[in-house]
Amino acid sequence: MTAGAVSTAGLARAIRAHVLRMTHTGRSSHVGSALSCADILAVLYGGVLEVDPGRPDRPDRDRFLMSKGHAGSALYAALAERGFFDPALLGQHYRNGSFLSGHVSHVGVPGVDLSTGSLGHGLSIGAGLAWRARQTGQAWRAYVLLGDGECDEGSVWEAAMFAAHHRLSALVAIVDYNKLQSLGSTEETIALEPFADKWRAFGWRVSEVDGHDHRQLSQTLAVPRGAPPDRPLCVLAHTVKGKGVSFMENQVLWHYRPPSDEELAGALAEVAR
Amino acid sequence: MRNRFFAELAAAAVANPDIVLITADIGFGAVEEFVSRCPDQFVNAGVAEQNMTGLATGMALAGARVFTYSIANFPTLRCLEQIRNDVAYHHADVTVVAVGGGLAYGALGMSHHATEDLAIMRSIPGLAVAAPGDAVETSAVMGELLANGGPAYLRLGKSGEPDVHPRQMRLCRGESIPIRSGGGQLAVFSTGAILDATLKAADLLAQAGVRADVRSFPWLDPLDTVAVQDAANRYDTIVTVEEHSITGGLGSAVAEILAELPGSAPLIRVALPARFSSLVGDQDHLRRAHGLDPAAISARVLEQLEVNRGLAAQAR
Repeated sequence: MTAGAVSTAGLARAIRAHVLRMTHTGRSSHVGSALSCADILAVLYGGVLEVDPGRPDRPDRDRFLMSKGHAGSALYAALAERGFFDPALLGQHYRNGSFLSGHVSHVGVPGVDLSTGSLGHGLSIGAGLAWRARQTGQAWRAYVLLGDGECDEGSVWEAAMFAAHHRLSALVAIVDYNKLQSLGSTEETIALEPFADKWRAFGWRVSEVDGHDHRQLSQTLAVPRGAPPDRPLCVLAHTVKGKGVSFMENQVLWHYRPPSDEELAGALAEVAR
Repeated sequence: MRNRFFAELAAAAVANPDIVLITADIGFGAVEEFVSRCPDQFVNAGVAEQNMTGLATGMALAGARVFTYSIANFPTLRCLEQIRNDVAYHHADVTVVAVGGGLAYGALGMSHHATEDLAIMRSIPGLAVAAPGDAVETSAVMGELLANGGPAYLRLGKSGEPDVHPRQMRLCRGESIPIRSGGGQLAVFSTGAILDATLKAADLLAQAGVRADVRSFPWLDPLDTVAVQDAANRYDTIVTVEEHSITGGLGSAVAEILAELPGSAPLIRVALPARFSSLVGDQDHLRRAHGLDPAAISARVLEQLEVNRGLAAQAR
């Protein structure tokens, strides 16, 4: 069921290349957000998540919720590379008549556990899944990928309080902490720091990792299945928005702009390295 | 109505461990039986309706059959987007339950007047909407919801409403209930806990020489379109009565059907004006103040009938 043999480095390269082509062809936004979380998705779908592309709905699978739904292109790319559907379909992203919308939608897309796009929804649903796993004696886990700007939403903290109170050890929140949101840095928008302390104060275990270091990510994200009740885990993944493309890194502009033909060629060359 | 809901839910939950009740810290004196009988199927999410509704979606996506519970607008408007994006779009088996529909919590003030909920819930694709008229209808609607599941919205009154129906019944989803059908001149449609007042208004109309047949609509979505179309052919006038804003509730739903029928019957919509009420008063007081008591309903219908006959000036 796991994909131990998949190279997470190769998967991350493939996700980045798909994301660049998808946002270029579809003229869609959020390429920076998608590149930011490409390594996290590669490690999750390359080995951590117990999922079955041949049977995407199997009840004992781990759940993955892309709460930062605007990075949908990266999730679609990961799913296609992992075998949930034909990567050729990624060319339809954001195009008329497609099911691959800019923000994640589950309809017509095998392997998507949750449709998102409005921020602050995923962690509650992940908590509900983890609660239900325990109630029914199931060992699967629920991973929720949040944006840092998303943590401005009060509902995130409602869910954080609930998950800690109920000691939902099957719930893992990963924050793609690239420190840039829609109009500027997280600190100048609504300061998140001391961010780790906030999660700890809410009753969570916190691990801070380099969100582009696959070894750190895979070690941290591999929480045991069927663990007894304990504090849920928050992984603050320190990332770089636009990671992998020099001219996109740490630029708010690439929250919005799709790459031009020339930019695509240069970017693809960079992420192939 | 509220107590009947909990009795039905607890009885079902004992037999089905997949049924889960989540409350947003509401239900003192009402949830205790459920909690004692099914402690592992109960969650108090605290005062956090967005999280409650998200939790419900997650549980339902993993096979649970979830009821979320709070009062007035809190389980609906406070977390409207969670109902739309999470519950409804994923077709999650979640029934959102609000107690205190309409002006049941009248004296608590505007924040507690659930007077736009039916319009808003009715507009969400794939969400069934129910507003039973008494405890018997509550049982019938619960029987259907427990059999066929959510996504759904269930609007309850409070506790202690009089029983209108003499005996238990079964209802299909969307089915309306003829209560008086003696070939009257008017068809009066009612939804929700105003049913008892509607029947009393029909009595007053009869005393004034206007025979009114009464039909209860415990389901607003799906709506019993056939009953509405049939009434449009058989009655001179159709009246709708609801403890809800005149915008978007039963009257609107019926108007939408009638507007597409050629030569249909005129419609009289009795509802709350599309204005906030700052008046302090209990449910009966506010119903009287806003023309929803039996005498006012009957007077409004009689006056409009005269207007329709050209016997009175429409300007008031």
